[in-house]
Amino acid sequence: MRTQEEIFQAKIDAEIKIEPKDWMPEKYRKTLIRQISQHAHSEIVGMLPEGNWLTRAPNLRRKVALLAKVQDEAGHGLYLYSAAETLGAERDQLTRDLLSGKAKYSSIFNYPTLTWADIGAIGWLVDGAAIMNQVMLCRTSYGPYARAMVRICKEESFHQRQGYEIMLTLANGTPEQKEMAQDALNRWWWPSLMMFGPSDKESTNTAQSVKWKIKRKTNDELRQQFVDISVEQAEFLDLKIPDPQLKWNKKTNHYDFGPIDWDEFWSVVKGNGPCNKQRLKDRNKAYDEGTWVREAAMAYAEKQDAKKEKAA
Amino acid sequence: MRKKEKLFHYILGIGDNSLILGHRLSEWCGHGPALEIDMALSNIALDLLGQTRSYFQYAATLGIAQFETEDDVAYLRDARNFKNVLLVEQPNDDFAHTIVRQFLFDAYHYLFLEKLRESKDKTLRAIAEKSIKEVAYHFRFSSQWVIRLGDGTEESHQRMQTALDNLWRYRHEAMEMTDLEKEMAEKGIGVNLEELKQAYNQKIGEVLVEATLNVVNLDTWTQKGGKEGKHSEHLGFILAELQWMQRTYPNMQW
Repeated sequence: MRTQEEIFQAKIDAEIKIEPKDWMPEKYRKTLIRQISQHAHSEIVGMLPEGNWLTRAPNLRRKVALLAKVQDEAGHGLYLYSAAETLGAERDQLTRDLLSGKAKYSSIFNYPTLTWADIGAIGWLVDGAAIMNQVMLCRTSYGPYARAMVRICKEESFHQRQGYEIMLTLANGTPEQKEMAQDALNRWWWPSLMMFGPSDKESTNTAQSVKWKIKRKTNDELRQQFVDISVEQAEFLDLKIPDPQLKWNKKTNHYDFGPIDWDEFWSVVKGNGPCNKQRLKDRNKAYDEGTWVREAAMAYAEKQDAKKEKAA
Repeated sequence: MRKKEKLFHYILGIGDNSLILGHRLSEWCGHGPALEIDMALSNIALDLLGQTRSYFQYAATLGIAQFETEDDVAYLRDARNFKNVLLVEQPNDDFAHTIVRQFLFDAYHYLFLEKLRESKDKTLRAIAEKSIKEVAYHFRFSSQWVIRLGDGTEESHQRMQTALDNLWRYRHEAMEMTDLEKEMAEKGIGVNLEELKQAYNQKIGEVLVEATLNVVNLDTWTQKGGKEGKHSEHLGFILAELQWMQRTYPNMQW
């Protein structure tokens, strides 16, 4: 007779989605909760750097588009927390893990948005990198996660086009605007490459995640795919990617690129990025200052229930 | 003033309320007391900013010098030329102040749009028709939260009462008519705002009673000035952020 684990792996190999009530190895469950909640936290923390420009967006059309975009991210956070809850996690606990610094979120959001061009660069590069990952996750083995991703991907690709269009407008604008765009690309390029995580040699989780089809491509494969696409997009903008070693390789049919500064990566992961403290402080402030509102909503709902019971 | 200029200024009186309140609400984005509330506030802000665009796009067609696009109207006027009521520029403060401000405005906004739907101006009529559906939802949202927080915990009740005390004197300004508004109402383009007051008091009164909030002891003073460009000190800071890009980098496409 086959063990539960063998049946589980057989389903995965046969591309049958795992659903909340199905048996799953504890480590699969834990890996997913960690990954999905990190993703949810990234959406929520990711609202902050872009939200930073909501009150200063340069015109009404951009203001509305940016607000809609940041609101979408809140929505993505909600779907993802719900997906994590199907695995037995509790949203409030996940939130507290974020607030205490125990849970991680994408390090890219620990970089500051300094000019309006950063809003374009985030849409183009950061959302672009996220999409590489998320398109893969639309086929991930856990059903609720895969379905949440399908929805999220549609909105993210819209965001990415919007970001690229901001860059294009700047690149075709005045010299001052073009310089703003180039400066944003210079600052966001390397952190965007780091978004795919450590290289395959260093990544401890990848092999198991690939076997369980949580991930379907390795960090380095996704990173390469991102570089190949972005180089051409930068050329169209007539902007220069800040990597002197970037070069087309005829043999591999890919772009070679320079070494990533992993010291910087790990230092930001460990909390020493330019905005780690600020981001967590803002999230904590929102949570703390919202406590009385959430408590009042509960108290009111309980009073209403009690009234209904009395009437019944 | 020429006819078109009068219409232009009348439209600003409507659109500025939506712009400034929408801007204030956008300040909450990412900082709300719960994710669902955060999203709802952004939704309302998006509606208000969408309405602003409709009003300002219309204003920009009237051939008034220097105001050729919606962005000229929003970004190139100084505080003294903004006509929004004082209520909408008040700071977010805590969620209680935000929700009371919203509630006091939504009740007026709904009644106003109901009448604007009968305007002789067909563009204003169309904007009102579209907006009123959105504003009906805004009022539902804000009044439900007024009730929930007013009748929630002791702390929430106290906070709501304080917010009400602080904002009460701004509630009627929208319905105090300027000469221009009177003239536009007489022509059948604008709304007779005086006539809304009774329905307004009724509309907010019912909710406040259910919320167990007390208005009996509140001062009946009405603070005015916004419509004539005499604002609180807050508006200057709102515009400093809102208009910063357009002022710093003039005549560029974004």
